[in-house]
Amino acid sequence: MTAFSYLSLLHLVLPEVIVVIAALCVLSVDLMFLRTAEARLRGSVGALLSVAGCAAAIGWILHTPQTANVLNGMLVLNPLAQRVQIALLILTMLTVLIFIGSTFTEHISEYLSLILLATVSMMFLVSTQNLLVIFLSLELLSLSLYILAAFNKRSTRSAEAALKYFIFGGISAAFLLFGFSLLYGLSNSINLTSIASTLHGPALDPLLLVAIVMVMVGLGFKVAAAPFHFWAPDVYQGAPTISAGFIASSSKVASFFLLYQVMVIGLAGAEGSSAWHGYASGWVPVVAIVAALSMVLGNLVAIMQTSVRRLLAYSAIAHGGYTLLGVLSHTDQSFSALLYYAITYALTVLGAFVVVALVEEETGGDTLSHFAGLSRRAPVAAFCMMIFMLSLAGIPPLAGFFGKFYLFSAALASTPGTIGLLWLVILAIAMSAVSLYYYLKVLKYIYVTDPPAGTAPIRISVLRQAVLCLIALSVVLLGCAPNLLLHWL
Amino acid sequence: MLAWTIYISFLGVLVLLLLPKNSVRAARIVALLTAIAGFAVIAAGFLQQRSGELVTVARVPWIPSLGIEYHLASDGISLTLLLLTGIVAVSGILFSWNMEHRAREFFAFYLALIGSVYGVFLSFDLLLLFVFYELAIIPKYFLIAIWGSTRREYAAMKLVLYSFAGSAMVLIVLVAAYVVAGSRTLDLVQLAQFPFPVHFQMWAFPLVFVGFGILAGLWPFHTWAPTGHVAAPTGASMLLAGVVMKLGAYGCLRVAMMLFPRGLDAWGFHVLGFGSWRDVFALLALIGIVYGAMVALVQRDFKFVVGYSSVSHMGFVLLGLMTLQQIGLDGAVLQMFSHGILSGLLFAVVGRMVYDRAHTRDLAELEKTHLSKAIPFAAGTFVVAAMASIGLPGFSGFVAEVQVILGAWHAFPLFAVGAGVGIVIGIAYTWRAMQKAFFGAPSRGTVAVASPLPPITLPERLGAFILIGVSILIGLYPQLLLRVIVPALHSPLFDGLWKGSGR
Repeated sequence: MTAFSYLSLLHLVLPEVIVVIAALCVLSVDLMFLRTAEARLRGSVGALLSVAGCAAAIGWILHTPQTANVLNGMLVLNPLAQRVQIALLILTMLTVLIFIGSTFTEHISEYLSLILLATVSMMFLVSTQNLLVIFLSLELLSLSLYILAAFNKRSTRSAEAALKYFIFGGISAAFLLFGFSLLYGLSNSINLTSIASTLHGPALDPLLLVAIVMVMVGLGFKVAAAPFHFWAPDVYQGAPTISAGFIASSSKVASFFLLYQVMVIGLAGAEGSSAWHGYASGWVPVVAIVAALSMVLGNLVAIMQTSVRRLLAYSAIAHGGYTLLGVLSHTDQSFSALLYYAITYALTVLGAFVVVALVEEETGGDTLSHFAGLSRRAPVAAFCMMIFMLSLAGIPPLAGFFGKFYLFSAALASTPGTIGLLWLVILAIAMSAVSLYYYLKVLKYIYVTDPPAGTAPIRISVLRQAVLCLIALSVVLLGCAPNLLLHWL
Repeated sequence: MLAWTIYISFLGVLVLLLLPKNSVRAARIVALLTAIAGFAVIAAGFLQQRSGELVTVARVPWIPSLGIEYHLASDGISLTLLLLTGIVAVSGILFSWNMEHRAREFFAFYLALIGSVYGVFLSFDLLLLFVFYELAIIPKYFLIAIWGSTRREYAAMKLVLYSFAGSAMVLIVLVAAYVVAGSRTLDLVQLAQFPFPVHFQMWAFPLVFVGFGILAGLWPFHTWAPTGHVAAPTGASMLLAGVVMKLGAYGCLRVAMMLFPRGLDAWGFHVLGFGSWRDVFALLALIGIVYGAMVALVQRDFKFVVGYSSVSHMGFVLLGLMTLQQIGLDGAVLQMFSHGILSGLLFAVVGRMVYDRAHTRDLAELEKTHLSKAIPFAAGTFVVAAMASIGLPGFSGFVAEVQVILGAWHAFPLFAVGAGVGIVIGIAYTWRAMQKAFFGAPSRGTVAVASPLPPITLPERLGAFILIGVSILIGLYPQLLLRVIVPALHSPLFDGLWKGSGR
């Protein structure tokens, strides 16, 4: 290994360093100067510092784009990874802005710095091709998210959700580590590319199949794919709304990126096939089974939900299933389709959680009946929610529709000559037709049902309304002009 | 220029959303002006277009990396249907003039629906067409669920799920066709020339035909139509029956038949006497005609009679398409236009003139009230509309249905007889409804209407005159539309349809 100066390493990871410094600043400013100030001021200052940190990191990435592969794949920087980092930072900024004005905790700076630390771990996650670093950043991410989920100390639900999340997360981490250790044992390497280079062979090693399944269990947990989804509904329901939105949005983008890298780069040569009449064992059939299960289970169970948060959780499982189509077709086109889908989905679901937060603060609950007549009480928020729900259902011209179209056509095109993945695409489209029912159910309560007698219009802070409109606008814009994001991925 | 129909409608939506709350009057006027402006644009475009050939309206790259374009174009078929949409839109607003409850939102959803319908008829890129087609689903839901009557939430959800299931089928084929054609383009003109493999067309055609056919009231997927039409408020049922069902029929013709003509070829073997998809769908269309008419014959709710009559009349459109004869297809397109105008008129009489005044649609109840005395204008309008609807010569329904039956006579002689039976039953149910609703015998125990019903208002008269006038005009001089329809059906786009093997 060549000698390598730590200073230049720090230079390469400067965006991450900036975000860490921002996290420390948020903590220290709050603890040193604002201990006695009122919560709103502390929240605003902390959020502004965090936003400034993220913005500075984005600025740096845009200013000096890097391409590097140092220390045997421990840090891999390329334009695509950096753009995903930017997307993650933007999602974090939006999350932090929504946080302003929340009242569920007094530990404002701790909360914000945890969000920033989680962001740092996601940024590392997308810029590495090394099993060890992957595992470390995944653990950093998970630990931050466990705490974020538990942050509402007044609510037993929050604690319960976090405990479930923690236990399931611990088990899945063990699976993942076991899978990684098998991969290491098989290939004598922890670099994804060199693992792939040792896997060539006419027949797959049975141990490798075990490793594939273990890795899929571990990462399937992160993306909440069935049957590893049991934590999702409880966490979405119990965690503070902002945390739930964060877990549902940015961490999904990072996890899907990681899943794609591990499978496609690390297990190249062991793809197999899940085409109709063309089955061959490998990791693709494993992903295909998980995808099909997620789509069916997520959509069918979501129909029964009365809590909007749980509904969003099951819909997240379903969307995870669609997104996995992008992984299992493993072409360049499907990768950009996957990223487009994951990013727009993250935006949409974040927006939906903002509306849920607003309704909860006003009415004290998140069941469908709490949304009754929202269009009369908060027309702007209701309209934004309509955009989010319709985008999730895949109604054009919103981002969700184009994402699906792109993803499905990429999946079909991945087996040239035959349309072997048609069965999965048909399943996905049929299931998305089912999904319209429950999204419309939410909209029915918002637009059709009359509000309970004697309710006043809901007051929404200007900032939140602005963030909400911004997210809604970008969902519409990315759907009408997908090129804005596509030429970038 | 025609592209402005879409833009104007959505601008109207925007203006309506920006109006202050409770500004009912302003909302109506904005909506009416928007619809009239849209109609004016279409009329101008219609007069300009001499022969019904394909004219590009707008063409810019939309998603260059995927080869998808924002391509609007119009030929004679789209022009005919645009004209229909413009007329029904204007008269629908006239018949919704009494809308008070959340009027601003009502007209906003109404115009959004109109705008998307214009979009479907103008799109010549399959993805764009699909975008507008799905965009039209959402306003329908809210129009019915918020402002509807009988079982409105059930009917709205049923309608939306049926439509969405249909569009899911279309989406499957859309994605598959895009990939099979090389992932370069979804332009309809280019796809129409692409030689899709026959076995692909054999499964793609029925999927798309049924997908769109659901919205066109194809039996046995028609059940959304009567419940939806009945539950919808008057303006919305006029649009649903008048225009939205045509979206389905248009999709069958424009997408299913134009892109996958070989799907109509013989299978080469027989199952239960069917030799091709053409036989299957022709039979389904015929069943729709006869079944719709027979069910309409026994309805107690006045609006359900009109609702089922729509299923029956749309059966003629689908049967006309399946004849694959020049005259049958002409008739099918003409029937789309004619049924759009007439069903709009019938729903206006039933929903607005009768129900909003008598507050009942039960034929037995109406029989006692002797409406022809109370609101003679409504009775007169309904008589004219009924005559037109049963195919009296001189009205648009006659020229359309005659052509369909002539076409069917060439293709499936037996089915032509069946369609004739359907027309006879059609006379029966129309007569029965007319008799019961308006000319009930003033027998013993007749309760004279306690308070006189509110008189027919000016907007209603205006709307009725427009629709009757158009129907008579087309009935007397069908060449007005045929001069653009016939060349459009003979354009190179439909070559595959005429040159299919064994025809």
